[in-house]
Amino acid sequence: MHSAFFPLALSAYTAVSAIGTGLDATRKALQDRQGGLRPAEPDDAPARWVGRVTDIEAVELPPELARFSCRNNRLAELALRQDGFAAAVEHARQRFGAGRVAVILGTSTSGIAETEAAYRRRPKGQTALPDDFDFAATHDLFSLPRFVRARLGLSGPAFSISTACTSGARAFMEASTMIQLGLCDAAVVGGVDTLCRMTLQGFGSLALLSEGPTRPCASDRDGITVGEAAGFALVVAPQHAPSGTPVLLGAGASSDGHHMSSPHPEGLGAVSAMQAALAASGLEPGQIDYINLHGTGTRANDSMEARAVAHLFGREVPCSSTKGWTGHTLGASGALEAVIAALSIQDGLMPGCLGVTEIDPEFEIDIVTANRSAPIRHVLSNSFGFGGSNCSLIIGAPAGAGA
Amino acid sequence: MSGIECFVGGIALLGPGLPGWAASQAVLSGSEPWQDTPVTIPPPAMLAPVERRRTSLVVRLALAVSAEAVGDTGLEAEGLDTVFASSNGDGAVVGAILDALAISEGAVSPTQFHNSVHNAAAGYWGIGARSTRPSISLGCHRDSFPMGLLHAASQVAGRGVPVLFCAYDAPLPEPLAPLHPTDFPFAMACVLTPERLPCSRARLTLQYVPTADDAVDPPSAWEEMERGNPAARSLPLLAALAAGRARTVALPLLDGGRLDIEVSP
Repeated sequence: MHSAFFPLALSAYTAVSAIGTGLDATRKALQDRQGGLRPAEPDDAPARWVGRVTDIEAVELPPELARFSCRNNRLAELALRQDGFAAAVEHARQRFGAGRVAVILGTSTSGIAETEAAYRRRPKGQTALPDDFDFAATHDLFSLPRFVRARLGLSGPAFSISTACTSGARAFMEASTMIQLGLCDAAVVGGVDTLCRMTLQGFGSLALLSEGPTRPCASDRDGITVGEAAGFALVVAPQHAPSGTPVLLGAGASSDGHHMSSPHPEGLGAVSAMQAALAASGLEPGQIDYINLHGTGTRANDSMEARAVAHLFGREVPCSSTKGWTGHTLGASGALEAVIAALSIQDGLMPGCLGVTEIDPEFEIDIVTANRSAPIRHVLSNSFGFGGSNCSLIIGAPAGAGA
Repeated sequence: MSGIECFVGGIALLGPGLPGWAASQAVLSGSEPWQDTPVTIPPPAMLAPVERRRTSLVVRLALAVSAEAVGDTGLEAEGLDTVFASSNGDGAVVGAILDALAISEGAVSPTQFHNSVHNAAAGYWGIGARSTRPSISLGCHRDSFPMGLLHAASQVAGRGVPVLFCAYDAPLPEPLAPLHPTDFPFAMACVLTPERLPCSRARLTLQYVPTADDAVDPPSAWEEMERGNPAARSLPLLAALAAGRARTVALPLLDGGRLDIEVSP
């Protein structure tokens, strides 16, 4: 009865990651196969490599929103300034009304780097945190949508989604239900996550960090490289978007119900998320032209995902992970990769995995390691995370676009 | 817009002087006085011992109310989509990690790290309920209960599926505690369904109001507890459900705006 998925047009979108600030830089890096991972700084220990956005430090928030200043919200601000995104939201605000535009954003750690710094700024022997540390406006998960909502002058409902590494993808999925119901007419969706000690040392404690730049799908892959990113889209019902706008055609989520940090070995949760996304879109597996894998570069994730993809798609659909370029940007990854999916469709580009000399011989899927050019109408983008959280999105070419 | 509608049944709560739904109805409906008694949180029977040992107080709190709520519906736990909402998440674990990071060579433990994710309670629920259904975790500071309920009701109305909704929060450790006072553990859970079931207690109609005027409810009898825990902002709704009377509960939101919840028994 309610099962039909309500498609959403991505009427504006942008991204900032280690490979570039804004769409032009991102697209050029993918086309030129220029990755953004660099040797880590001492503060990033125990990580050897990271996917850092170098422009963040110079970004200032508008003075009236200074209390929201933290690395995460500065990265959000940097992204909002790209590709006419803020102007597109302003247009939506005027068209629908500020109260009819929702803000639905994913983050796993919000501004916790600010909290880490506040702990370290204390004089020796002092327990209390410095007076100028603003917990609610930086550390708190709600800080991100509150900042973005205030920055864009919106007053629609604001949600902060935190489902670990699926957070950014889930934001897209949830917007579909809310616009379908009429809770809002448009939504700013996406995800932002930034480098912090908690995630670097946390992944270090799990022995999941790569020695060099991460090499998803390689036979000798050895872990993730943590990166940071912001990905945003302004989504509306397709009839409210100009022609030529890419569309979220389907989305599906599932839980593993298996283990907190290890994926289900056979990828049952991943299979059901992909199946749900396919069912939502009304597409058959053979109609997917390219799969942007979650592909974190860990032994367990990539093996599980290859089995899950093989189960549904066999070797028919080309697959790659772009985390060799950007690193694993955690709660932002699903949003960043949704934007990359839209670029893939526009450019007819399948970005081949970076740094892979030999594909894992156990993978029974078509892993792309050199860039391929081909018409692309439908991209499936996977995100999986701790807590057994899974989410798959299907982004499609604009209606009527030839391919 | 018209409101978002769903039915609510299978209600549970745990808080000071509020030891479960059945035992709290008289207090909630005002026929017996509230008395401050400490919160007792049972270990999660749904988890195998090895997983149970890894759960913290706040995860046990969330699982306890979730299990009680689902148990009262006759629905299978594994078949329910879930929405978990919490301001602090597992603040004790996050605080312990921050303490470790503040000292040089301080080590973060792997279990601490995977328990620090905001969807840890949801993850343990999925393991315990053997559920592969979609689950979402929200962190909306003081608005975690109203926005979580709105999100859950949207899933029910939009996707036509039953949803387990759980709002929970527990005190933060020092030195975070004074920055976001959470004075006691509190959690509530309920099952929202698209159609009326035998367990349904009321129809809820939710309306998001972007610009709130001044005309809101008279102060709630639960005002002090509402201030002491973001999840306790559910108390006016729980009180209306316990009383079984038609009422509209208005919850003001952090940055302006309001959520109106119309309760129709």
